[in-house]
Amino acid sequence: MVQPTGISKSLTGISGFDDLTLGGLPTGRPTLVCGSAGCGKTLFATTFLIHGARDLGEPGVFVTFEERPSDIAANVASLGFDVEALVAADKLSFEHIEIDPNELAEIGDYDLEGLFLRLELAIDSIGAKRVVLDTIESLFSAFSNPAILRAEIRRLFDWLKDRGMTTVITAERGDGTLTRQGLEEYVSDCVILLDHRAENQISTRRMRIVKYRGTAHGTNEYPFLIDEDGFSVLPVSSLGLDHLVFDEHIASGVPDLDAMLSKGGFHRGSSILVSGVAGSGKSSLAASFIGASAERGERSIYFSFEESEGQTVRNMRSIGIDLAPMLKQKLVRHVAARPTFYSLEMHLAVMIREIQRFDPSSSCSTRSRHSWKAVTGSKCSPCCCAWSISSRAAALRPSSPI
Amino acid sequence: MTTESSNARKLTLYVAGQTPKSLTAIANLKKITEEHMPGQYEIEVIDLRENPKLAKEHSIVAIPTLVRSLPVPIRRIIGDLSDVEKVLVSLKVQGE
Ligand SMILES: Nc1ncnc2c1ncn2[C@@H]1O[C@H](COP(=O)(O)OP(=O)(O)OP(=O)(O)O)[C@@H](O)[C@H]1O
Ligand SMILES: [Mg+2]
Repeated sequence: MVQPTGISKSLTGISGFDDLTLGGLPTGRPTLVCGSAGCGKTLFATTFLIHGARDLGEPGVFVTFEERPSDIAANVASLGFDVEALVAADKLSFEHIEIDPNELAEIGDYDLEGLFLRLELAIDSIGAKRVVLDTIESLFSAFSNPAILRAEIRRLFDWLKDRGMTTVITAERGDGTLTRQGLEEYVSDCVILLDHRAENQISTRRMRIVKYRGTAHGTNEYPFLIDEDGFSVLPVSSLGLDHLVFDEHIASGVPDLDAMLSKGGFHRGSSILVSGVAGSGKSSLAASFIGASAERGERSIYFSFEESEGQTVRNMRSIGIDLAPMLKQKLVRHVAARPTFYSLEMHLAVMIREIQRFDPSSSCSTRSRHSWKAVTGSKCSPCCCAWSISSRAAALRPSSPI
Repeated sequence: MTTESSNARKLTLYVAGQTPKSLTAIANLKKITEEHMPGQYEIEVIDLRENPKLAKEHSIVAIPTLVRSLPVPIRRIIGDLSDVEKVLVSLKVQGE
């Protein structure tokens, strides 16, 4: 598990990302996070810094070249990050580098020693272990001598490395290059590319670890989410095919159907596809299965791609299944999203996260959610696992893109 | 009618230690002010290595930086001030 000679890593607190990288970013080294405008660079960097300061006893310095510190604090306040409290507790320090090129004339040779001195003071005053530079490329629009800037940025990265700072540097994507100013050539250890694409008006965020020296890591493109819970990476494409297999059978919720099945129900952990023309009872079958699970005291999630929670409850009540009390007791969770709301892989990613979150009650935590074990590696999980396909089958109508 | 403050002229040169660039800038500034504007400016040299807090307070990034804080508008020149003409143009106050 722990590589004895491996490089040491620093957790980012970004769920999924730390799994993907087997422990986070390289400790004491610079990491480049690049991507187009609005793809989430600042949020990635902020999460990394706050997690270190708040949860790991690693104070951090945020050097911002663009947004004001008060704006950054306001942007992440909704994610439960109390930036001001961390600043007040000397766990976080902001260094806002503002340069107005209009009131600046360049005459003769100069360097960026002022930036170094400010950074050094900030690091020393809180005993920082982590640093964010967001985004240092802005210097190129403030100063007009690129040769000096390149030499100074190289010196800065070396200096941060010498001081053992785990650093995140953000940069905007260039034309055919990872960054506009070719910063990737300075950062040789770890490069992460964020991407925000819209295809058929459906937006998908993806990330890729372009390189990470001295360690294994996932190499695919992974979808990630930015929502009210912040930044989370969903390693869907690293799904293995090594889930546990069970002999146990569980009731489908329709006694006549159970009688037709050899051992009186579905195999626990199996995927059941329910297919049929419109109005043939697919959703009803799914709801019956959920109802039977609830009767056993097991939790289920109902993913709906067509009906809202209220509609599902009303329609199922008409066939004698009352989901309302199950929902109230948190035995059932209803998740509704239109197919067009996300791309296919984002739907999958959201489903994985919903399953990870919907922890089982202690009474059924002994039954592991085997089929998703490979994805999450988590210990506890909803114990009803045939949910996925039976409820998803309700959305497998020909008209749906899923 | 001129009050004291409207006549006030102030130049501050920010350096960091005794580096060649800093020493050159100090020498150039001395020469320029003595030759071209004797007695016109109050001049202060601040070594940020001795007082790094001032770098943040005064928003200094590049070294050396020359700031003309008075008269307004504020002017900033970065570099070792090796081109006398350019320095004079940059420091020129409108109407002079
Ligand atoms: N608190 C939040 N809640 C929900 N979504 C958020 C939150 N903060 C950011 N986002 C989403 O994340 C997106 C990217 O934010 P971020 O500022 O990190 O991107 P960026 O790559 O740094 O952008 P820029 O190129 O402008 O610097 C925002 O456009 C927004 O959609
Ligand atoms: Mg940003």
